[in-house]
Amino acid sequence: MASDVGDRIPILKLGDALLVTIQVDMHDRLALALEDDLTNRIVQTSAKGVLIDISALEIVDSFIGRTLASIAQIARVLDAETVVVGMRPAVAITLVELGLSLPGVRTALNAERGMALIRTHRADELDADPDGDAA
Amino acid sequence: MDSPPASRLPSILDAHADDILSEWIARLRSGGADDRISEVERERQASGFLQRMIEAIRASGVADIEGPAFEPLREMLSDISRSRAMQGFSPTESALFVFSLKQPLFHRLGLAWGKDAEGLARDVWAVTLLIDALGLRMMEAWQKTREEVIIRQQQEIAELSTPVVKLWQGILALPLIGTLDSSRTQVVMENLLESIVQHEADIAIIDITGVPTVDTLVAQHLLKTVAAARLMGADCIISGIRPQIAQTMVHLGVELNVISKANLSDAFALALRRIGRAVVRTKSPVPVMGTAHGE
Repeated sequence: MASDVGDRIPILKLGDALLVTIQVDMHDRLALALEDDLTNRIVQTSAKGVLIDISALEIVDSFIGRTLASIAQIARVLDAETVVVGMRPAVAITLVELGLSLPGVRTALNAERGMALIRTHRADELDADPDGDAA
Repeated sequence: MDSPPASRLPSILDAHADDILSEWIARLRSGGADDRISEVERERQASGFLQRMIEAIRASGVADIEGPAFEPLREMLSDISRSRAMQGFSPTESALFVFSLKQPLFHRLGLAWGKDAEGLARDVWAVTLLIDALGLRMMEAWQKTREEVIIRQQQEIAELSTPVVKLWQGILALPLIGTLDSSRTQVVMENLLESIVQHEADIAIIDITGVPTVDTLVAQHLLKTVAAARLMGADCIISGIRPQIAQTMVHLGVELNVISKANLSDAFALALRRIGRAVVRTKSPVPVMGTAHGE
């Protein structure tokens, strides 16, 4: 599936979470490819969490913002929790000024906190539903 | 018909410069001593001013105050005006410096023209125009200086009044004081977001006790700040909404849709609970004494 490596953002599996670190400038095609790949990987690995690290992103336009929001929605449909981590202050201000406050996307300051958030969310879910398989 | 006789102003200025200066200084002094400016300084300004005016009139006559000959005079006028504005002189006091030159000049013109009313009137009119133009220029410079002062103070206030305080590990407080306009919101937002990164904060408390009014625009600015903080992964609590402001907000239909607490201490208690901490009483309170040490 991962054919064109140069044109893809790598998705790493970490326990039952998927880790995406965006290190390059996002352009629209890349964002759409990420949405595709991520959807497929969530289904493949039945991941319960998606962590998207955008700490290296200096520019986020409205399209990227919307793509992040739709990734979160898609993941929720597939029973995975999305956390966007490491957003820079300037990016946060830009998104708010664009009117994109990403409702429905969880956020955390850094990858560590984001992982913790995914873990507690998962634990809460298992507590609420003890019959679900914990493996 | 004869051409009108030449103005006698330049010759008067050449011949009686010292008399005019001393009369002018006497008039300035009659306004009373002033501790904002020394007598010597005032005399130095007056003689410098008159000197440059005589040179300018000798070069290009009285009509062309915007011309290059008047450049040194205009510069000096701006300097004097600026220093007066800084020293706290009122506009009237500043303008009087120039206007009080009229009387000595008129007096000399009267002596020079004697009974020739037509010539006298013409020269008086020319001098009036000149002095009025200089006086107005003085006012303009005064006004400009004051505006610069106001703008600088605004910037200082904007920088001073947006501190971000760390209350606890992971809890920040942002006490807002003064009206929130869009440029201040920008500064506040940037400060808060930078601090969130720096202190790795989970929760930010925005305290609006010092915000005089909250209208729809201010509420929108607050919400923007909250949304931006959330994007960075920090939750916001708004505290310190005063009774009148709560009423105004409801009557205006402003909805904040953010957790709000009446005061900073309630917000802090909630924030502590959120990060899984609590304040507990360990033993009976220790009385606070000036110098005594507890046993």
